[in-house]
Amino acid sequence: MSFLELLINGLRLGSIYAIIALGYTMVYGIAKMLNFAHGDIIMVGAYIAFCGIQNWGIPPVPSIMLAMLVCTVLGVAIEGLAYRPLRQATSLAVLITAIGMSYLLQNTALMIWGANTKSFPTTFINNSSISVGELTIPSATLITIAVNIVIMVSLTLFTSKTKTGKAMRCVSEDRGAAELMGINVNRTISLTFAIGSALAAIAGVLMCSTIPSLAPTTGSMPGIKAFTAAVVGGIGSIPGAMLGGILLGVVEIFGNYYISTDLGDAIVFAVLIIVLLVKPAGLLGKPMREKV
Amino acid sequence: MTKAKRKRLIYNLITFALVIGAYFIIQNMIAEKTISRLLKGLLVPICAWIVMAVSLNLVIGFSGELSLGHAGFMCIGAYTGTIVSGWLLAAYDMQDTTLRLVLAIVSGGIVAGVFGALIGIPVLRLRGDYLAIVTLAFGEIIRNLVKWLYVGTKDGELCFSFLNKDMPKGVKMLVDGAQGTKEKIISTFPAGVILVLVTLLIVLNLVNSRAGRAIQATRDNRIAAESMGISVTKYKMMAFVTAAVLAGMAGALFGLNSTTVEPKQFSFNQSINVLVFVVLGGLGNVLGSVISAVFLTVLPEVLREFSDYRMLAYAVVLILVMIFTNNPLIRSFVDRLISPVRALFHRKKDTMPGGDLQ
Amino acid sequence: MTEAKRHRSDTKMVPVPSQSIVPERDVNELPVLETRHLGIEFGGLKAVDDFNLTIGKTEIAGLIGPNGAGKTTVFNLLTKVYEPTSGVVLINGKDMHGMSIVQASRQGIARTFQNIRLFDKMTVEENVRIGLHNKYKYDMFSGILRLPRYWIQEKRQHERSMELLDIFGMQDLADKQAGSLPYGAQRRLEIVRALATEPKLLLLDEPAAGMNPHETEELMENIAKIRDRFGIAILLIEHDMSLVMGVCEGICVLNFGRVIAKGTADEIQANPAVIEAYLGKRKEAEA
Repeated sequence: MSFLELLINGLRLGSIYAIIALGYTMVYGIAKMLNFAHGDIIMVGAYIAFCGIQNWGIPPVPSIMLAMLVCTVLGVAIEGLAYRPLRQATSLAVLITAIGMSYLLQNTALMIWGANTKSFPTTFINNSSISVGELTIPSATLITIAVNIVIMVSLTLFTSKTKTGKAMRCVSEDRGAAELMGINVNRTISLTFAIGSALAAIAGVLMCSTIPSLAPTTGSMPGIKAFTAAVVGGIGSIPGAMLGGILLGVVEIFGNYYISTDLGDAIVFAVLIIVLLVKPAGLLGKPMREKV
Repeated sequence: MTKAKRKRLIYNLITFALVIGAYFIIQNMIAEKTISRLLKGLLVPICAWIVMAVSLNLVIGFSGELSLGHAGFMCIGAYTGTIVSGWLLAAYDMQDTTLRLVLAIVSGGIVAGVFGALIGIPVLRLRGDYLAIVTLAFGEIIRNLVKWLYVGTKDGELCFSFLNKDMPKGVKMLVDGAQGTKEKIISTFPAGVILVLVTLLIVLNLVNSRAGRAIQATRDNRIAAESMGISVTKYKMMAFVTAAVLAGMAGALFGLNSTTVEPKQFSFNQSINVLVFVVLGGLGNVLGSVISAVFLTVLPEVLREFSDYRMLAYAVVLILVMIFTNNPLIRSFVDRLISPVRALFHRKKDTMPGGDLQ
Repeated sequence: MTEAKRHRSDTKMVPVPSQSIVPERDVNELPVLETRHLGIEFGGLKAVDDFNLTIGKTEIAGLIGPNGAGKTTVFNLLTKVYEPTSGVVLINGKDMHGMSIVQASRQGIARTFQNIRLFDKMTVEENVRIGLHNKYKYDMFSGILRLPRYWIQEKRQHERSMELLDIFGMQDLADKQAGSLPYGAQRRLEIVRALATEPKLLLLDEPAAGMNPHETEELMENIAKIRDRFGIAILLIEHDMSLVMGVCEGICVLNFGRVIAKGTADEIQANPAVIEAYLGKRKEAEA
């Protein structure tokens, strides 16, 4: 494979990571929690879309919409039922709850869809490709990257221009002060989970069109890697999630090709460690200072 | 003796007594053949998980740092133990399995400790969730690297190779890449219990000493600890490396308890399992870690016939326990329910004669 | 600024503040603390600027000023929580440049915190024992193996902790969890814990905050008692003027990061700049 092709594959994988990382980074920024179950929402989204096309005969685009809707409801429900009662609890208690939620989603999926790996239809997104000179780019790759760019731009505009978006930034800066300013913190957090989960559904579909195998544990590892990407970019920062996601995606593809397959994961995590050693708050993160 | 000290002594004695008592009961059951096969097979793993939970509690409960890579140290211990045991047999024809097991466990601890120190230096500069994700990353890196490790013995010599299985002919494999380790079972239940007792001794004595207090001070208030002249890095490191050594020993015990262990057995999910033991047992509560490690190892195995539902139920219980123990409203409600009962006990205790004897 | 650069011969010469005052009894002793042109900037904002202070070996000094004047920042500079951007701090004549918080503590400087920072989950006695950490030592292995050294040093630590807790009559609370103590007791425990490190200079950040007048009165007596018993210098930040005027020998007034007055209690009370800082400028019409 040529360098350019690898780079494009890296961008595709990186775009998927970036979209998942957005969910992590927004939730972390606003609720200050590591939502371990986020990766499993991706899996749920992919399953819904899969069932939509394969079993229920719904065309692809409405299937994705359905997956987004289900994931949004699911994300909001999880937040309301499991995380909201723990607003005042230690971060460790919330983390364990999120881990429990992750187990719950995985095992529910196991009961509904079984342990067998499902082969995700790759013809799902138009199977054609575009040739530029000697380079052949599958249109799925272009769609993935384009979707990523659209999401980034619209989220950036949303948080900087709209009133709701600004409220989200307020809550992430100082929850107490935001509450005093009359911002409904609970509703803002719910909204964050809604957006993050809808994005997870999209990411799930895009991911399974790239690697067409779907099982109840499918979301777990990409979830961890996307969280890694969010931390690399600077957790809480939307451009950071983009940067971190793309960086890790490209590094993984190159690592797999030039060094060794299956060592990609190790290399991705090594990048995280190196970045945090140089910049403890991530590439675009703001360092925190304890007030004495 | 002060009241606090006496309370602590009793707590420690109960912890030791429970472990030793359980050991004799089980030995008796083995002698009378009343123990189920299932439970018998679990005895050594239970010991290993107790050691894992207690050592992780040292990091999370006492030094206050969230580590999600504890299984990585266990992995290092398991591999080191296997290699050392195989090498001792091949090079020195050491047939005494007990001695081999002891040496394997000790070397597993040492190598894991060295890795703990190497990882701790960069990692412990980070705080909170950053530290958590980086320890997770280290654990995953270790697991991914040993997937590509090949070790064997030939004519009493060790041969290593990495990435490519490049081994001489007639080699006896000890570590075979993604296939995992290959060794005979030499771990025994008494050895496991001794390791548990050693771990309890180390952790309980450490936390009730000068160094242990310094470790707890860095947890409670970093800046105040520093301004008392306590080097935070030194004591965070002490807790982290001690825990790594213990996890390495647990790994060697665990690894030599089956003919093969695979790298995937030490994924971050395993670290998270141990984390759940620690949190459910109570942060800083060593006895709690022991009990929850035993229960949460045995329970899923006993409930194997309900395989489809047991993990689901486990997830639901985990979430409910967290909400019930951490939500202020529910907690005060539960407190109000049980307070009459508690008051009954307290009054009884207060009016007990001879309470002033010290 | 590096050590070498500071001693370069072509350095611009500036006057060193020498008009500082110390109590008469300390005049022949090395001052425990001396700062020269000490300052720190946070992103262009000079939080503390040209701060000069000398504290005698057994002096009780006060640092006062309106809220946000930079008093706690001065403490953070002295204890090396922040590295100053200009000037020097000398503890017993020793330059503190580049030292860490831990090293500063070993030079004999101890402090309490405005927002109490106890080791909440540990007992009262254990908190004091943390202060004794570098006084009664034994290594990790003696602790794990319970070697004789463990028993000897633990006994000494216990006895010394009780002695120190006795200053405030807190021996009975030794087994209580520090975080469960009432507010005033927590403040007193912080002082005991700081004293345990055997400092030469004790910094108290609003020790009387949250105390009732009776407790404040008692604290005032105790501060003087501590100085007499341990022969150390004390620098305190306090808003309670009765305490400052009652116990401090030298007082330094800070406003907007700069020293606006220095002197004895009487001098400070009569100083127009101080009155202005606290009460605001008198309007033209009234004048």
